Amino acid sequence: MGMNPKIAAQSGTFESSDVIFLIEPVPENSGRKIELFSTVLHQYGESFNKIVVEMLDRFGITDIHLIAKDKGALEPTIKARLETAIIRSLGRQDSTLV
Amino acid sequence: MLYIPGNNPAMIQQGGIYGADSILLDLEDAVALNQKDSARILVRNMLKTIDFYDTEVCVRINNLNTPFGLPDLEEIVPLQPSAIRYPKTEYPVEIVNLIRIIEKIEDKHHLPHNSMTIHAMIETAMGVQNVFEIASKFNRIDAITVGGQDLTSDMDIVYTPDGTGIDFARKRIVMAAKASHIDVLDTVFPDVNDDIGLRKETEYAKKIGFTGKAVINPRQIDIIHEVFTPTEEEIRKAYRIVKEFRTNSVAGIGVFAIDGKMIDAPVVHRAEYILNLANIELPPYPRSAP
Amino acid sequence: MLNSLGREIPPFIEGIGNLEPFQGALTKLRKGWMDEPTIPAPNKAYLPHQNKLCRSLEEAIAKCNPHNGMTVSFHHHLRNGDILLVKTISILHDIGIRDITLASSSLNECHDPILPFLYDGTISRIFSSGIRSQLGQAIAQGALSIPVVIQSHGGRVRGIHTGKTRIDLAVIAASAADIEGNATGAHGKSAFGSIGYAMIDARYAKQVVIVTDNLVNYPCVPLSISQNFIDHVVVVDSIGDATKIATGTTRITNSPMDLRIAKLAAEVIEHSGFFEPGFSFQVGAGGASLAVAKFIRDKMTAKGIKGSFLLGGITSYCVDMLNSGLFETIFDVQSFDAVVSNSLFSNRRHIEIPAALYANPFNCGCITNKLDVVVLGALEIDVDFNVNVITGSEGYIRGASGGHSDTASGAKLTVVVCPSFRGRIPIIKKRVHTVVTPGETIHVLVTERGVCVNPAFRTLEENLRKAGLNIKDIHDLEIEVDKITGVPSPLIYSPRIVGIVEYRDGTVIDVIHQIIE
Repeated sequence: MGMNPKIAAQSGTFESSDVIFLIEPVPENSGRKIELFSTVLHQYGESFNKIVVEMLDRFGITDIHLIAKDKGALEPTIKARLETAIIRSLGRQDSTLV
Repeated sequence: MLYIPGNNPAMIQQGGIYGADSILLDLEDAVALNQKDSARILVRNMLKTIDFYDTEVCVRINNLNTPFGLPDLEEIVPLQPSAIRYPKTEYPVEIVNLIRIIEKIEDKHHLPHNSMTIHAMIETAMGVQNVFEIASKFNRIDAITVGGQDLTSDMDIVYTPDGTGIDFARKRIVMAAKASHIDVLDTVFPDVNDDIGLRKETEYAKKIGFTGKAVINPRQIDIIHEVFTPTEEEIRKAYRIVKEFRTNSVAGIGVFAIDGKMIDAPVVHRAEYILNLANIELPPYPRSAP
Repeated sequence: MLNSLGREIPPFIEGIGNLEPFQGALTKLRKGWMDEPTIPAPNKAYLPHQNKLCRSLEEAIAKCNPHNGMTVSFHHHLRNGDILLVKTISILHDIGIRDITLASSSLNECHDPILPFLYDGTISRIFSSGIRSQLGQAIAQGALSIPVVIQSHGGRVRGIHTGKTRIDLAVIAASAADIEGNATGAHGKSAFGSIGYAMIDARYAKQVVIVTDNLVNYPCVPLSISQNFIDHVVVVDSIGDATKIATGTTRITNSPMDLRIAKLAAEVIEHSGFFEPGFSFQVGAGGASLAVAKFIRDKMTAKGIKGSFLLGGITSYCVDMLNSGLFETIFDVQSFDAVVSNSLFSNRRHIEIPAALYANPFNCGCITNKLDVVVLGALEIDVDFNVNVITGSEGYIRGASGGHSDTASGAKLTVVVCPSFRGRIPIIKKRVHTVVTPGETIHVLVTERGVCVNPAFRTLEENLRKAGLNIKDIHDLEIEVDKITGVPSPLIYSPRIVGIVEYRDGTVIDVIHQIIE
């Protein structure tokens, strides 16, 4: 049973090989709105979306507005930045994913 | 040792390609206060997935007197990097505390207590005063390092390229390391464009007993290696030691002397280290007599 | 029909003609002569003391029999500072000329303004060594109905000799020229150094126009291009943007990754068996490829080795090495900065060479036939060591064949340097999108994650292993890279061909398909 984002949050940097995630809370039952901008959209867009969906599932998030601006980040980076943004948006700054 | 900012994925993912002996993923001074959580999770993921080849990976966590130190340990210790770098070590009791927490985490994850080591970083006047106690008391500490920038700040002096202000500190730290039989790494040389200055400082560091040096740019690695690479004389001596050791051990002889000096396991180990550093093939174990 | 690399080549393309499939790098050379006959140079006669000066480029073009379907040629020595190509095509468009074949030795970002002419029928065919930027993207998306023809520097010369490229009008920019058309790029406010790519055009074009922004007293020295090939001379305010043509000096990269790769490449060269006194050497103009020169220079100094000649695109770093006595001669087909232009002008051992002497093997032997070591880049390389330098990971045309396949064919040791991936896109693939240089001519690949030796060269591999270098099987490296980046989704192409890649012998080594987005 997860919670949905309460505060706007951001993670990552504009550097090459990094990704910026922007999270905005949305009204209950709005669903998941995911926007992906990537320098390698064609080559990795599908796998990127998969990662996002899996992590949102893991946190039990059903309502969110998520924007990703990717500059060719590798998977561990995508997952790290996404996890950070989610945790920040849930207001849980000090603890990390169990 | 190549310092890599912990919030920089581009640099971390290339960490293993530069031929550095070790890299330091930095969660402390290289990361802004509001990005500590971000860097921690990034470094954790990178440690899990990225192949750093033969390069040893150390992680500098935040001091336990900050809100970040404990979460850093909780994320990083389970991944058992080669070593944890503890910044601004001043009193032995800090290390006692640190080890207690590390062991607790290791117990939780069923990990041994003697795999990952600790590097204590000496960056304050108090740290310099207490350095021998810090260096000698703990099995898990296998290196101490100098933090020149923070040290000059703590001493309220200005950094000068000739390093005069921190010279005593350097030597005292080296002495403590020698007396404790552990490695000691010199501080970074900040001017990445000054190769001559870097070489000069590195040669001095080697002369007074440092076993390595920190770098902030991969371009500095070659010069460090050149300076620290053993001389021909050192290599010849080392070769002789390893050869005689191997011959003797096959013949069943455990302890022996060369030129009146006792050759025991640490000496052999050091000799093998020198040969590896110089990329010399170790002499083979001879076949035992039938 | 399949060529020897397994690429499907159609036997005929409307607007280009019959295609011959690639059958090996040296196959056609082995015959000792070229099957295709060469065409004669133009047949002209001039009375004494004629006036060749035209008041404007428009006037000169009007005098050159502009007609539909004509072929117009340019050189690319002005790099991204060129304004003449766009100007000339615009003039032709304005007087109603259509169906132009554009035969530029290469195309750059500064040529993007001709993009509308691809769509409105002004330009219908392109022969070029390279295409970039918007033009490259548009062509890959299908802007031209006739496929472009990508040629190497040597191949372009061959194509002109055989009349496959029949140039009606050559517009040759020169930084200095006289009223008879003797011309050079070696000095002047817009100096660009060697004018090597233009010499074949001067010889074979039906009409040749020299355009300069610096009319000098007769005679213009040096006679890089001589008056007996020139029909018209035009003086303009500027032949291009000097700051984009050739600025100052070329710096060695600071990128830790490129330096690391360069260092490894230098070690490969050192232990290859070809690092001997009197060796000849060619490097690229930037990145890791140029940085190799720095490490080789240090090794030459340390070991007291002096080289014979430097070849190719020349940067100020090469000039340094010449002046330091590390090499005896520079053969310059393209000059990359102002230091090089000056050296070309003043040093007898810095020699300007035409593209024919540089890279066309269909004669008694070009200079690439004599080359020992060359260091090249790559956009992609596959497990058979085939190299792509023309199409990018998104399928656009964004590079150039240039001297890549020419030098690789001739050099005793061809070293490709590149990172194993760029911006998450793997550079080492199972199969490259487009082959420009065949794997049989590539000896070694050097990346930041290891060195791969072409299995056809066992002795070389042994030498390198003995020297303690980190040699990996290229198949293993490819798998390793895929694990790091993840396997990318493949590009989607249509069956429609938008480009053919000619090998230097005129055979077709690969085709470029239209990209579907």
